[in-house]
Amino acid sequence: MNIWRRLDAASRHAWPVAFMLFGLLIIGLPFGIPGQAELRPAYAMACVFFWSLYRPVSLPAPMVAATGILLDLLGMSPLGLWAVLLLILQGSTLASRRRLIPQSFFMTWLVFFGFAAALSACAWLLESLLELRMLPVLPAAAQALAALGLYPALAGLFIRAHRGPAAAELA
Amino acid sequence: MIRLSVPFRQALSRLTLPVMLMLSLGMVLIGRADQGLADRLRAGLDDLLAPAYAMVAPPVAALEHGTGVIGTLFDLAGENAALQAENARLLQWQTVAMALEAQNDALKSALHYVPAHAPDFFSADVVADLGGVYARSVLVALPPGSPDAAQHLVGAIAMDGRGVAGRVVEAGARSARVLLITDLNSRIPVALGVHGSPALMTGTNGNDPALLYWAPGQPPAEGDMVLTSAVGGAFPPGLPVGIVHYDAQNDPVVLPLADIEGLRLLRLFSYPSNEPVLTPVHGAGKNPEKRTH
Repeated sequence: MNIWRRLDAASRHAWPVAFMLFGLLIIGLPFGIPGQAELRPAYAMACVFFWSLYRPVSLPAPMVAATGILLDLLGMSPLGLWAVLLLILQGSTLASRRRLIPQSFFMTWLVFFGFAAALSACAWLLESLLELRMLPVLPAAAQALAALGLYPALAGLFIRAHRGPAAAELA
Repeated sequence: MIRLSVPFRQALSRLTLPVMLMLSLGMVLIGRADQGLADRLRAGLDDLLAPAYAMVAPPVAALEHGTGVIGTLFDLAGENAALQAENARLLQWQTVAMALEAQNDALKSALHYVPAHAPDFFSADVVADLGGVYARSVLVALPPGSPDAAQHLVGAIAMDGRGVAGRVVEAGARSARVLLITDLNSRIPVALGVHGSPALMTGTNGNDPALLYWAPGQPPAEGDMVLTSAVGGAFPPGLPVGIVHYDAQNDPVVLPLADIEGLRLLRLFSYPSNEPVLTPVHGAGKNPEKRTH
């Protein structure tokens, strides 16, 4: 295996993680879109769900934890909170993988929305507990809805990447 | 490379997720125990990211609809008319302001008024909008060569062209994070109207901060000017913040003068802290309400 093949294989393995981290930073640019803050966790959840479902090898747990910590540092949530939540998402996706893979896209989308809603509720609850007061519920709901809207667009892109630039078996 | 047996490798890969989960839970506990850790990590990350964001942010600002170059190209005539109308109105205000300034000067000289010390300030670009779901903050890139910014800047007051936008909560060598007045943790003592009746402006995570704890019998009046108050020593008195407005639920809120959603440039004022006991800002995490007692 020469150096170019190795580089090709490495870039294919790294594609999902790199895309996820890069996207998180891009969402920080001052676009002035309403709900931009809600978009960031929604984006991370969609990435973790898709890649854990269709290519678990490309998204190792330490990278998911690192992404969660980056999310916490960028979004000023309690340190480690999103690392825990994203790892839980990965764990539950991996556990339900066998049943989810044969399902239609619509079903997967619905299941993802279920996961996203549950995680948003958990995030709201945990953050309220850690801050010792009731935080507004609306942003958490907006976050779940953002995840619902974002998933088809991201999945369309990822399915293409899954067959092209991220397909490790083509290297 | 170490060759591991297949069952061992499988067990290892199955263990990664639980182990990472335990580590992350540990991280939450450590973050709880040591509030400063998250702040230090965040300041380090911000310092790393700020130059990159500073490179990318100007084109984004230029592309932005409405205020950017591309948005304005489509409606030059309309904008021109609006600007001319505004200019005529502002010229009227200019004469009023000049008359008031002259009157003010006369009154000051009659009172032997000693002007307050003008604070140091510098302008910094807003390069990233790094709020979370429950946090409203922006990242500003400090101009190169700002002398040992980190020590002076924490607690500095950020204003855009029109009013107070927030307060610096973390500062590194190249970047500073400004907690906006709309953040849930923001508590700012304010003075309302011509009498300067005291109240507390609290962020609600929405666009318009709420007003609390005004004097009984003196509810804030619609359209009153909201200025900062020196109560608690965290803010200098008299900085413009916003205007009182009653929302649909008939609760008084403040319409900020600063363009909180579209901040591009902030001036950071470091006021000399002559009340050191009252403003233990550093290391207090992101709970300004605990500091302003």
